[in-house]
Amino acid sequence: MVNPAIEGKIYPRTSSYLVGREKIREFAKAVFSKDPANLDLEAAKSLGYKDLIAPPTFAVVIQERSLTQVISDKEAALDFSRVVHGDQRFIHVRPIVAGDELTSELKVASVKQLAGNSMVSFETQIFDTNQDLVCTAISTLVVRGEA
Amino acid sequence: MSLTVGQELPVREFHFTRDSLVRYAGASGDFNAIHYRDDVAQAVGLPGVLAHGMLTMGAAVQSVVDFLGDSGKVLDYQVRFTKPVLVDAAKGATLVVNASVVEIDEAAKVARIDLSASCDGVVVLGKAQVRVSIQ
Repeated sequence: MVNPAIEGKIYPRTSSYLVGREKIREFAKAVFSKDPANLDLEAAKSLGYKDLIAPPTFAVVIQERSLTQVISDKEAALDFSRVVHGDQRFIHVRPIVAGDELTSELKVASVKQLAGNSMVSFETQIFDTNQDLVCTAISTLVVRGEA
Repeated sequence: MSLTVGQELPVREFHFTRDSLVRYAGASGDFNAIHYRDDVAQAVGLPGVLAHGMLTMGAAVQSVVDFLGDSGKVLDYQVRFTKPVLVDAAKGATLVVNASVVEIDEAAKVARIDLSASCDGVVVLGKAQVRVSIQ
């Protein structure tokens, strides 16, 4: 059972993640992207981007760095081996671009207990080095109760 | 890019194999063993290896990205993971994605496109909504 007391808790800002061009290509291929803006520098530049842009779900990589803090937080008591991904949302202010250095800050939006399971919703804000918001990632994890 | 309400985007199919799952694990950093080991999946009560929900989410939106020709036009994308995608070691699994335009906000220059994603006729994503820029 996830500790309901972590509702509202804000975890420390993560260290910065440098978005690499080859990481974007690797991720793009893994999600079956054929978008030249993810793969071809000249194509990305011709669309007005300064480098390759990441696929819409790449922000999960940054979100994961914040989620790791929750999973390793003893107070949260979140058993990762019992976790099922419930829902996910990414709200972009702008696309993530190769060369971005991103940090994230996670807030536990809610903790609910339902039919023996815990449902925990997280809101992770992702910032660039100007401290401008790039993306908000919202995720709900379902932690199955002990049978 | 002109979109109209009710417009259907071309249907897309994505074939997931175990190789796809290993590739996604490496690219995303999600190395949960239920996505590549049957024994581990079965030990936690699953019928077998499942695709990462985030792989399904990431692939499904490509139907919209391909149509728009620029993934930077995706402003807001959400899904609910309603059913697992079982990926058979020999046969893999095929994700079929339909996308239709349901709303256009001319003032905000944003369109909403809803996705329907299924495997073997079973819907695997719920409330799959993509908001895109139509600037």
